[in-house]
Amino acid sequence: MECVFGLVGNGFSIVVADTSAVHSILVHKSNEDKIMVLDSHKLIAASGEPGDRVQFTEYIQKNVALYQFRNGIPLTTAAAANFTRGELATALRKNPYSVNILLAGYDKETGPSLYYVDYIATLHKVDKGAFGYGSYFSLSMMDRHYHSGMSVEEAIDLVDKCILEIRSRLVVAPPNFVIKIVDKDGAREYAWRESVKDGVATLA
Amino acid sequence: MKLDTSGLESTAPLFGTRSELLDGFSATPSFELPNTINFDGFQKEAIQMVKPAKGTTTLAFIFKEGVMVAADSRASMGGYISSQSVKKIIEINPYMLGTMAGGAADCQFWHRNLGIKCRLHELANKRRISVTGASKLLANILYSYRGMGLSVGTMIAGWDETGPGLYYVDSEGGRLKGTRFSVGSGSPYAYGVLDNGYRYDMSIEEAAELKLEGLSIMQHLRDGAMQHSVMEPVVELLAGWKKLSGDDVGELHYHYYPVTPSTVEQEMIEVAGT
Repeated sequence: MECVFGLVGNGFSIVVADTSAVHSILVHKSNEDKIMVLDSHKLIAASGEPGDRVQFTEYIQKNVALYQFRNGIPLTTAAAANFTRGELATALRKNPYSVNILLAGYDKETGPSLYYVDYIATLHKVDKGAFGYGSYFSLSMMDRHYHSGMSVEEAIDLVDKCILEIRSRLVVAPPNFVIKIVDKDGAREYAWRESVKDGVATLA
Repeated sequence: MKLDTSGLESTAPLFGTRSELLDGFSATPSFELPNTINFDGFQKEAIQMVKPAKGTTTLAFIFKEGVMVAADSRASMGGYISSQSVKKIIEINPYMLGTMAGGAADCQFWHRNLGIKCRLHELANKRRISVTGASKLLANILYSYRGMGLSVGTMIAGWDETGPGLYYVDSEGGRLKGTRFSVGSGSPYAYGVLDNGYRYDMSIEEAAELKLEGLSIMQHLRDGAMQHSVMEPVVELLAGWKKLSGDDVGELHYHYYPVTPSTVEQEMIEVAGT
């Protein structure tokens, strides 16, 4: 089942998401990228119903781009997070999107940041956050090993610890994860952690 | 209980001319409402009665030559098998195919609708729509109707400027790009065979074999006792789609798993022969 988590380090934010597209007991796809690059310095990792997830994150992405076209300056991460929250809140009493979001970004003025937005439009600025069944494991892992000002190596080490814990303790653990990072140089994919490649097991 | 719809009629209502012809017809147009207290529950049950095309298996995969699409051909209404020769592969245009699983009417209607939209795109832009674009058109429509009872599980396969394309689209609004998919109640079994025998560099013949084997095993053995449903593999190539064959699953099954008489039977025959 879905596992999305992220943390803020020294000068960067990392978000991790599982890459399984599941229907009841069937895994239709094990390389579905659930982390969208929102703009040059923002990442949006989403979990929830597949339809809503794609539709909502694309909507946010397009609106963030529209703002940039209109005003010539990009939204700050905080502004994008508040916009996202606002959209979820207005939809909440009409036809709510069931998506949970981790928004990571890097701004020149404020540095890296991570925002937690859930489907009922709660907004939190956090140092570490998680959604889904994996959150039980990754949160405790991060509570134990996280400290402020982590280096990229330390953070990736912690991420791998979380993934290992999820894989070994969660019954319905997803096989593959994608790790993305955002820092002063922009948002980009960092690595994949795959135990199954295109439906074929690679680990004995 | 009746719902009077006479207010909706544009033409003048039938006047009560007392003729034998109109006996039994009410003067005002109306239709029967179900005699139930729990209307929502009734509706749900009614949908359940019509909806699931049980025992459907459709599959598709991309390989070096193109995209291979196959589906069984049985249609059922609840426990009743209404047809053994349904075309579950819908030809959207000469370069794009859709498969049908779930509600037959929903699939047929929205594929036809997609076909229209694709043609209009072609006329407006002087080039064929991409598979990505077409599948997104369909996904957006289905997403806008989600929760309203549509039941569609489809794969959009085709060949466009970027090469072969394959998307899975469903009525929950989901849309996935991939190299191999299977939809329908037989899909777990199909995946079993497909994952096992799939290679990207298969020839068309090998791919057709795999496909047929996949369909035959799960249809025949696992997905209900079906006897003579016809399988239709279709291959999607640069030159457009081409229908390969329509094979009887019953016979296919015996082709892949020939009956070998057990030794005891063999001995009995020998004894009887002497």
